[in-house]
Amino acid sequence: MERIPILKMGAFLLVTIQIDLYDRLALDLEEDLVKMVEQTSVKGVLIDISAVSIVDSFMGRILGNIASMSKLLDAQTVVVGMQPAVAITLVELGLPLNGVSTALNVEKGMHLLRSMMDFNGTDQEDGYSSYD
Amino acid sequence: MTRDTIMVLKEQDVVPFRNRVKEYAVKIKMGLVNQTKLITAASELVRNMLRYGNGGEAIIEVISKGPYTGIRLTFKDEGPGIADIPKAMQDGFSTGKSLGLGLPGTNRLVNEFDIKSELGIGTTVTIIKWANG
Repeated sequence: MERIPILKMGAFLLVTIQIDLYDRLALDLEEDLVKMVEQTSVKGVLIDISAVSIVDSFMGRILGNIASMSKLLDAQTVVVGMQPAVAITLVELGLPLNGVSTALNVEKGMHLLRSMMDFNGTDQEDGYSSYD
Repeated sequence: MTRDTIMVLKEQDVVPFRNRVKEYAVKIKMGLVNQTKLITAASELVRNMLRYGNGGEAIIEVISKGPYTGIRLTFKDEGPGIADIPKAMQDGFSTGKSLGLGLPGTNRLVNEFDIKSELGIGTTVTIIKWANG
């Protein structure tokens, strides 16, 4: 059975979606990710969608769900790498993903996650300096 | 390659169908933003067809009108049909558990949108996206 891999990197979980998802795969990812947030007690989730050419209302809803569910488990979510054509399409579709934090790429997403964690007064457990 | 009929009966048929639509869009030199809008619209409609119509057939065609070239997609199911089409076209209306963005959202992504439905017979949705529309 196909699954999207979730990597633990320090205090974060990193998911790189390399294929266009069908609905079951997206639902499995939602469930796996939320379980793993709980099991690993990470404070941040980074989802890289730079290789995703289509985000429709279902996929958009899953991204929003992941962000809301993770927040309930005390973790922040940042979606990175959205293609401009996908951003245009999502807004016209009527799904601007208001509850989801975004950054242009993985590096900027990491910075954003770290600053969100600092803001929440969370300990730096990943060994990275937040002043770099 | 000017016309294709693809049966969409299960979720796993969706991604190959979307890829086929993309091949057609690339062939007529549709720009990336319009391609993305068309494929997203196709994805919404094919999901509706699976969820509410138990699947059906999707037809991909290259069409032209005067100087314009475009793609017409037709989605035909033999599901229960839609009782109130104007209501189904409203943002936020859904009989299922979705966000209700499917039909009105799709309408905004394409140049032409047509829906016909008969209770107990089925639903046919047709959309057109021009290459430079």
